[in-house]
Amino acid sequence: MPDTGYIALGYGDLAVGAALIVFDAALSLYLRLGLARQILVAGVRMAVQLGIMGMVLTSLFAMVSPLLTGLAAVVMIGFAGMEVAQRQDKPLSGPWNWGVGIGSMTLSTILVTALALTTALRPDPWYAPHYAIPLMGMILGNTMTGVALGLNVLTSGAVAGRAAIEAQLMLGAQRWQALSPLVRKSLRTALTPIVNTMAATGIISLPGMMTGQILGGVPPEEAVKYQVLILSLVAGAIGIGAVAAVLVAAWRLTDHRHRLRLDRLGR
Amino acid sequence: MLRVRDLARNGLQPCSFAVGKGECVAVRGASGAGKTLLMRALADLDPSQGEVYVDGVARSFMTGPEWRRKVGYVPAEPGWWSERIADHFPDPDKAVRLAQSLGVAAEVFGRLVSEASTGERLRLALVRALLTDPAALLLDEPTAALDQASTARVEALIAERLGNGLCVVWTTHDTGQAERMASRILTVEAGVISVERDDSLVNHTAQATIEVAAKQAEACDRRERI
Repeated sequence: MPDTGYIALGYGDLAVGAALIVFDAALSLYLRLGLARQILVAGVRMAVQLGIMGMVLTSLFAMVSPLLTGLAAVVMIGFAGMEVAQRQDKPLSGPWNWGVGIGSMTLSTILVTALALTTALRPDPWYAPHYAIPLMGMILGNTMTGVALGLNVLTSGAVAGRAAIEAQLMLGAQRWQALSPLVRKSLRTALTPIVNTMAATGIISLPGMMTGQILGGVPPEEAVKYQVLILSLVAGAIGIGAVAAVLVAAWRLTDHRHRLRLDRLGR
Repeated sequence: MLRVRDLARNGLQPCSFAVGKGECVAVRGASGAGKTLLMRALADLDPSQGEVYVDGVARSFMTGPEWRRKVGYVPAEPGWWSERIADHFPDPDKAVRLAQSLGVAAEVFGRLVSEASTGERLRLALVRALLTDPAALLLDEPTAALDQASTARVEALIAERLGNGLCVVWTTHDTGQAERMASRILTVEAGVISVERDDSLVNHTAQATIEVAAKQAEACDRRERI
C-alpha cells in the first residue's frame, strides 16, 4: 500500500467498533433500558447511511458536475429541513412546519456555504464537490440542531406562556412586542450550543472534523485553521437560520389583528 | 357603548346585543358553555365573524391593539409577562392607589408575581386593565377566588366606573352578583346566547338600544346583499 499519510481501515477493523455497539445493546438488555433494539437499528443505519454517502461522494467527486453537486445539496438540505420539522414538539400545522424548516436551512446553508466557497476556500471550480459537499454537510448538521432548538422553544413557549403573551396583547401591545421576550429566548437557545462549543473546543474536546483531518495526515496547524473556519461558518449559519425560522414562525403564530394563533399549531 | 352584531365563532352561534354606556350585562352559563369563548371573541383574541362597535366605531376600522385599548379584558386566569409585579404597571403610583381601593396592600407591588395570592393577582389584573382607561371592560369571573369583603370592593369599584359611563360585560356563576351588578343577564348554553332577564324593559333605554341595533344590523345586511 502506498504511504498516504494515514492508516487505512479494513472492514475487520470496523468490527471492533461494531462489537462496542453490540455491548451497549447487551447492557441495555441487562439493565432493562428498553433501548437495545434502537441501539442496534441506529448502529446499522449509521453504517448503511454512511456507506451510501461514501459511494455517492466517490462518484460525485469523480464527476465534478455542477448539476449533480446541486442535486446533492438539494437532497441534503431537504433532509435537514425535514429533520428540523420532525424535532418539534408542537409543530406549526400544515406545510408550515417543514416549510419553515427547509426554508431556514436553505437560506442559512446556501448563504454561508457560498460565502466560504467564494472567499475563504476558492476551490476551482467554485462548486467542486470535494469542498462544497463536506462543507455543507458540516454546516447543515450543526445548524439543524440550533434551528430545531430555537423553533421548539418558540412554539412550546407560546403554548406555555399563552396567558402572559395575551395579557400584553390585551393591554394594546403589538404582536412583536408581546412575543419579543419569547423570540429572544428562542434565539438564545438556538445559539447557546455553538457558543458553548466554541468556548470549550480545544480544551475539553477535539472537534470531529479536526480530528479527522489529523488522522488523515493533515498537519495539526492546518487542521486547526479549517476547524476555526468551519465553526465560524456554523455560528453564522445558525444565526441566520434561527433568526429566519423563529421570525417566520412567530409571524405565523400571530395574525394581522395581533392575535396569538395557537390554533395554527398541530398535534 | 358596546354593540355586537351577529358575532359568531367556533363554538358560538351568532348573537347580537348591545351594552349601553354605564350598563353592566351579566353573562351566565355552565362551565364550558362558551362564556369565555364569547369574551375572547369580543376582545378580538380569537378570530370571529360579525361586527362589534365601541362608541359607534366598528372593530374592523381599528387595528387589534387599538381595539383592545378600548375594550379591556380580564380573563379568569390573568397572565404575567414579568416576574416582578411592579413591572406590569407603567404608572405605579396610580396602580397602587387603585389596588388599595380593592384591598391590595402597596407592599404587594414590591413582590414577585409568584408570591402574590390568587385573589391578589385577580385584583391586580383588574387594576392593570382599568389603568388603560377602556370604554368597555370584559370581566371573566373576576371575583371567583375572592372573599366577601374583596368581592364587595371589586363590585363597588366597578359600580363607580359604571357611573362614569364604562360598559361592562361580566361573567359570573353567582346569581346574587348578577342581580346586584347587571341590568340584564345573558345566558350561554351550548354556544347559544339568549336573554335571561331584562330589567331595562322598565326604563326602555337598553331595550330600545337592542332594537335600534337590530334594525341597523338588518339595514346593513340588506345593503350588503344589494
